Amino acid sequence: MNKTLLIFRHEFLHTIKRKGFIIMTLIVPLLALLAIGVFQLISGIAKPTVEITTIGYVDESGGFQQYTSQGNITLVCFDTSDDATKALVKGDIKEYFVIPSDYVSIGVISRYTLEKQLDAPADITAAIKNFLLSNLLGGRIPPETIDRVEAPLNLVTTRLTETGAVAPEQGGLGNLIIPGVFSLLLALSIIFSSTYLLQGLGEEKESRLIEVLLSSVSARQLLIGKVLGLGVAGLVQVVVWVVSAPLLLNLASSSIGGFISTIQLPANFLVLAVVYFILGYLLFAVLSAGIGAISSNSREGQQLIGIFTIPLLIPLWFGSLLIAFPNNPIWVVLTIFPLTAPVEVIIRLGVSDIPAWELAASIAVLALSIIGGLLLTAKVFRTYLLMYGKRPNLGEIVRSLRSA
Amino acid sequence: MPAVEVNHIVKSYADKAAVDDLSFSVAQGEIFGLIGPNGAGKTTTIRMMMDIIKPDSGDVTILGENLSEASKSKLGYLPEERGLYRKLSVLDSIIYLASLKGMDRHSAEEKANELLNQTGMLHHKGKKIEELSRGMGQIIQFIVTIIHDPELVILDEPFAGLDPVNTELLKRMFADLRNQGKAVILSTHRMNEVEELCDRILMINDGRAVLYGNLSEIKSRYRKHSVILDFEKELREVPGVTEKRTHKGYVELVLDGNTTPQQVLERLLSTGIVINRFEVATPSLNEIFLEVVGERHE
Repeated sequence: MNKTLLIFRHEFLHTIKRKGFIIMTLIVPLLALLAIGVFQLISGIAKPTVEITTIGYVDESGGFQQYTSQGNITLVCFDTSDDATKALVKGDIKEYFVIPSDYVSIGVISRYTLEKQLDAPADITAAIKNFLLSNLLGGRIPPETIDRVEAPLNLVTTRLTETGAVAPEQGGLGNLIIPGVFSLLLALSIIFSSTYLLQGLGEEKESRLIEVLLSSVSARQLLIGKVLGLGVAGLVQVVVWVVSAPLLLNLASSSIGGFISTIQLPANFLVLAVVYFILGYLLFAVLSAGIGAISSNSREGQQLIGIFTIPLLIPLWFGSLLIAFPNNPIWVVLTIFPLTAPVEVIIRLGVSDIPAWELAASIAVLALSIIGGLLLTAKVFRTYLLMYGKRPNLGEIVRSLRSA
Repeated sequence: MPAVEVNHIVKSYADKAAVDDLSFSVAQGEIFGLIGPNGAGKTTTIRMMMDIIKPDSGDVTILGENLSEASKSKLGYLPEERGLYRKLSVLDSIIYLASLKGMDRHSAEEKANELLNQTGMLHHKGKKIEELSRGMGQIIQFIVTIIHDPELVILDEPFAGLDPVNTELLKRMFADLRNQGKAVILSTHRMNEVEELCDRILMINDGRAVLYGNLSEIKSRYRKHSVILDFEKELREVPGVTEKRTHKGYVELVLDGNTTPQQVLERLLSTGIVINRFEVATPSLNEIFLEVVGERHE
């Protein structure tokens, strides 16, 4: 065990001294700090620049004379389209629209602007809509009712617990931010840690250092020491992120407020983030060690491990679908399938609740896959670690697994 | 107690036997040559001795016991192709690999400084391995091989790629090891190194032993019936000499079956020529090797 510890210590220290590792660990909190700073800066500059926009209109239908001040937008009436076009070209107005004589029956409004736009800006659209509504309804119904027709709904959702009390965790978009970002970081951390393992093995294999190591320690000691050493280094990284998240969040919500203050960490999030990092890493470490043993150099190994890192990232690709359809059974499959589970569980925590049985099944399947992978890897590790130059084909590996 | 005792080991890969029923022993305090052409099975034999791979059958005892984790610390191994952690400093590399052989940090550092000093590498100790030249890297690896004071040192092609100065340095250190009573196994296909350094040899070809024993005995066993002669003036016909081969700087006289070198010398002296060199021709290991391997192939 002593020698395993030595390898563990060496791999751990060697990894945390790597420039890439240090940058990756520090850059996430630093970027978050920077983002908070930039937000403050921009919001500080942006506030006083609110100005009144003037747009024109031509009323061919008649009866649209009042309510010409809509928030920051002022509407000016022109007699003809030609007058409006001249004013537009001169720059007196930003744009204009025409209310045709048959507007009430067909509802078409023609809009003219000098700018190239994807679609009419939301504030302009809202201003025109409210202007039309107010003029159509003005005098016929009370102004309060007009206000309600303009904005009939301000939905405030409160989540209750099973006992009927207000739940501490309210869900919503604020709940998704941290898990969304974190699932990406978790995937990166798992990929980096297992890539380091693969590179390390590749380097030792290419330099034949592996022979010196194996003449000092057993293959089992080498495997365990490496997997744990790199794993703990990755865990340090995740813990730095996890610990900095609530601190940064406090800083952000006190300085920025608004939407940021609605961001919250889902219950059990920190615990599950660490648990799924450990399990996810161990699974990928075992796979990396096996692939590192059979591939002849680290480049080839990295191509092979790609087959397994793609499933790890799949939950990120389908994140928007998850938000749209959170109850589709496919998410249950991704939660339980071991290669997708770590990232999927973290994202789902932000979107909806995960039933306890799914978490239990997911953790159990991951643990079993790790044990199974370890048994297989231990068998090929010693055999193929010393084979250089030629990667064994699948048939040869299966044969050596049988005979081992 | 022999340092190494190998009994009938066999190792096959796929359908080819890499090592086929090999037995030998190495005594403490000797330099033992494990020789043979490329692909003869030398490295496979060494790996089985190091317990890196297991033989299919047969067994290996090192210093009287089967190899275990503890006894791995009594071994030093310099593999054929070499490398170290490129990003690690010289001293850190040595200390880490020495610690895997059971040395504590403090004594590893002390011994590392001593060996670095002895090899003239002390001022490189803070450098990263990737900053060293190939030859320097090899010296560092040799230090790693012997730093833990192993009882048995196995060196696979130790001189490959070394300049003459470092080659001499290494040879001196091998002799020191032998004088300290360590067993040194030298695996190589360069016969001249073996002739210079080894006490006993095992020559293998296609995984089998073809020659085994004391080097000088083997050489006398393969002695050709001829003498080497360097002389002045003209050489006349000498009775008992069947053939005269002229080489650069000397001639080789092949004797008939009934004539001894002693008789030829007497006859030569009686002809009155001036003899600068007269010796019984011993074949080089290379010639013996070619002869033996040639025989087997026929």
